[in-house]
Amino acid sequence: METIIQPLQTIPLMYYIIFCSALFSIGVIGILVKRNALTIFMSIELMLNSANILLAAFSAYRNDSSGQLFVFFIMVVAAAEIAIGLALLISIYRSSHSIDIHILNRLKW
Amino acid sequence: MFQLYLFIFLSVLALWSASMVLITKNPVHSVLYLTLTFFTLAGHYILLNAQFLAVVHVIVYAGAIMVLFLFTVMLLNLNKTGQFSKSTITKWMAVIAGGLLFVVLVASVKTTDLVININPNLSQSGLVKNLGNVLFTEYLLPFELSSVLFLSAMVGAVMLGDKHKK
Repeated sequence: METIIQPLQTIPLMYYIIFCSALFSIGVIGILVKRNALTIFMSIELMLNSANILLAAFSAYRNDSSGQLFVFFIMVVAAAEIAIGLALLISIYRSSHSIDIHILNRLKW
Repeated sequence: MFQLYLFIFLSVLALWSASMVLITKNPVHSVLYLTLTFFTLAGHYILLNAQFLAVVHVIVYAGAIMVLFLFTVMLLNLNKTGQFSKSTITKWMAVIAGGLLFVVLVASVKTTDLVININPNLSQSGLVKNLGNVLFTEYLLPFELSSVLFLSAMVGAVMLGDKHKK
């Protein structure tokens, strides 16, 4: 038990917040920078994961299981989202032979 | 103190590999760096004593989702066609905007005073037994609904991936 309490008191919660903000910002930069739709999906995964880590950290620090279950449900939804997203991507690639988002701007009109 | 060093090591590795996902040009390398990021995040879960989440994270993200990504990269043959990027000024503007977002997030959290009353019986919440107790009593309905979500996602993926249907 002592060995479990130890890490939570040596790492301040603020460190987790800074780390997750940095990871989230990297995800945002990836979405803004990239033209490849696949890399944009990866950046979305990064952002989801930074939110997950922060939820788990708050949950562990407050000894509340609900936060970790939310992380579990976010993982479930992310898996479904990725399956659908990649299927969409492949079907778009079949029709237009590219996943460059600058070519995929037909939704605007 | 050892945990703090481990935390810093995992964080630096995660941030570095997350940056490399964006920096590298080859989509396959990008997917592999993302896998490295996910493994470091699994280390973070273990550090938080969230064992169930660490295992599920490795299975779902590093196992299933990354294989799906790699499969898509190889199916689309992106190595030939994936060489397009935005203009340099757009990239710099995006990096500046992301950096500003980071600064605003940290600054806004710094001004709030985080009151964390650390429980004496800390961090037993991440163990499988406790999580299972809560999942199958309090969160039973969302758990069952997620199976419906998975079924619809599976049907949708098969329908979208069908080649012969127009």
